[in-house]
Amino acid sequence: MTYLEMLDKYGLYFLVGLYPKGPLGGLALTLALASAGLLLALPLGLLLGLGRISPWGALRWPVTALVFVVRGTPLLMVIFWAYFFLPSLTGVRTDRFNTMLIALVVFDAAYLAEIVRAGIQALPKGQTEAARSLGLSYLQAMRLVVLPQALRHMLPSLVNQFVSTIKETSLGYIIGLAEVSFIATQINTLVFVLPTQIYLTLGLTYFILCFGLSRLAFWLERRLSVREFTAPLEVTA
Amino acid sequence: MTAFDFSILLTGRYHDMLLGGLLLSLQLLLITLALALPLALLIALMRLSESRLLQAIAWTYVEAIRNVPLLAHMLFWYFGAPELLPEEVRTWLYEHNFEAVAAIVALTLYAAAYMSEDLRSGIRAIPKVQLEAGRALGFGFLATMRLIILPQALRVTVPPLVSQTLNLWKDTSIATVIGTAELMYQAAKVETATFRSFEPFGFATLSYLSVSLLITGLGLWYQHRYPARST
Repeated sequence: MTYLEMLDKYGLYFLVGLYPKGPLGGLALTLALASAGLLLALPLGLLLGLGRISPWGALRWPVTALVFVVRGTPLLMVIFWAYFFLPSLTGVRTDRFNTMLIALVVFDAAYLAEIVRAGIQALPKGQTEAARSLGLSYLQAMRLVVLPQALRHMLPSLVNQFVSTIKETSLGYIIGLAEVSFIATQINTLVFVLPTQIYLTLGLTYFILCFGLSRLAFWLERRLSVREFTAPLEVTA
Repeated sequence: MTAFDFSILLTGRYHDMLLGGLLLSLQLLLITLALALPLALLIALMRLSESRLLQAIAWTYVEAIRNVPLLAHMLFWYFGAPELLPEEVRTWLYEHNFEAVAAIVALTLYAAAYMSEDLRSGIRAIPKVQLEAGRALGFGFLATMRLIILPQALRVTVPPLVSQTLNLWKDTSIATVIGTAELMYQAAKVETATFRSFEPFGFATLSYLSVSLLITGLGLWYQHRYPARST
C-alpha cells in the first residue's frame, strides 16, 4: 500500500473516527476534548487562583497544597486515578471520554490557577488599594476592578494553555480513548508497512494545529502590549 | 474495598517491581538531563549566533519539537524511526532494551527544545554591551559567551531550568506507552497482577511527589543562595 492509498482509505477515519456511523474519534475528538477540558477548567482555575492569593489562610493553605500536589504529579497519574478510582468511588462506570475530561479539568485547573495568580499579582497593588478605599469589599474589588484587567493580561497565556491541553489529550491513548494518536496507532496496525509515514503525519497534524495557535498567542501578546503602551499617552493628550 | 495492604509495598516481588520502576524513572531523568543540557546550550547559541542559517535551523528545531506532544515523539521513535534502519540493526535494537533508548531519545530532544528557550532568554537578559565589549577586546563569539556571558547568565537561567527539570521528571511517565519499564508501567503492572490499585498507585504518586518536592526545593535553595544580580 502506498502513502496516498493509505490517506485515501484511512484519511477520514484519522480526522473524525467512525463518525457519523459510530462514535466521534480522531482529530475531531482531540479538539472536542481539549476545548471542553479548557472551558470547564477555566472557572475552577479562576476559583483556585483566587483561593491561592486569598487573605484568609484557612482557604489559602489547602488550595496552595492542592495546586502543588497536582502540579507535582504527572498527568498520567491523574488519569490513572480517575480511571481506576472514580468507578469504585461513585459506583458508576465512567466512560473513557469523561474519565479523560475529568483528569484534564483537574490538571489544567491547577495550572490555570497559577496563570490567574500571576495575572492578578502583575497588576499594581494600588488598584486593589484604590478600590478598597473607595468602599468596595475585597470580593467586589476583585470582581469589578482587578479581574477585568488581569484577565486581559492572561489572554496569551490562556491560548498557550490551550496548546498544552491539545498536547495533553494525546495521553488519552493510554486508556484507549479514540483520539488522534490512538487512531494513528490503529491505522498503523492495520496498514503495517508505513509506520514512519503514519507517525510523521501524526506529528505534522499536531504541529499545524499547535503552531498556528501559538502564533495566535504571540500576535495577541504583541497587540496587547501595544495597547498598553499607548493607553497612558491618550490620557495625557 | 479492602484495607490498605502495606506488605506488598515493603517486601516481595511487587516491592521489587515498583522499586525497579522508580530506579529506571530516575535513570531516565538523569541520563536525559545529562544529554539535553549540552544540546539545549548548542541550540540556544545557534539561535543567538550571527549566522542566519544557524538561527533558522535552531528556530525550526524548537518549533517543530515543542508543537508536537511528547507521546507522538515517543511513538515515532519507537515504531516509526527504526523502519528507516536495515533489518539486522532493527532486530538488534529491539533485543537490546530499545524501549528505554527510544524513550531517552524522545525525552532528550523534547526537553532540549524547552531548555534552549530558557537558556536563550537568560543569555538575552545580559546587556548586549557585555557581548560587544568582549568582542571589542578581541574575543571570538564563543570565547565571549564562555568567559563573559554564560557565567553571568547562569544565575538567571537556573530557576527556569529547574522547573523544566520538574517537567522532565513528570514526562518520564509517558515512556509507559512504548513499554519502558519505568515507575508508571510497573505500577500498572502490579495493579493488573494484584487487582489492588490503591497500593501501587499510592506508591507511584508519593514517589513522583517526593522527587518533585526535592527538585523544587533545590531550585528554591539555589535562588536563595545565589540570587540573580541586577545588571
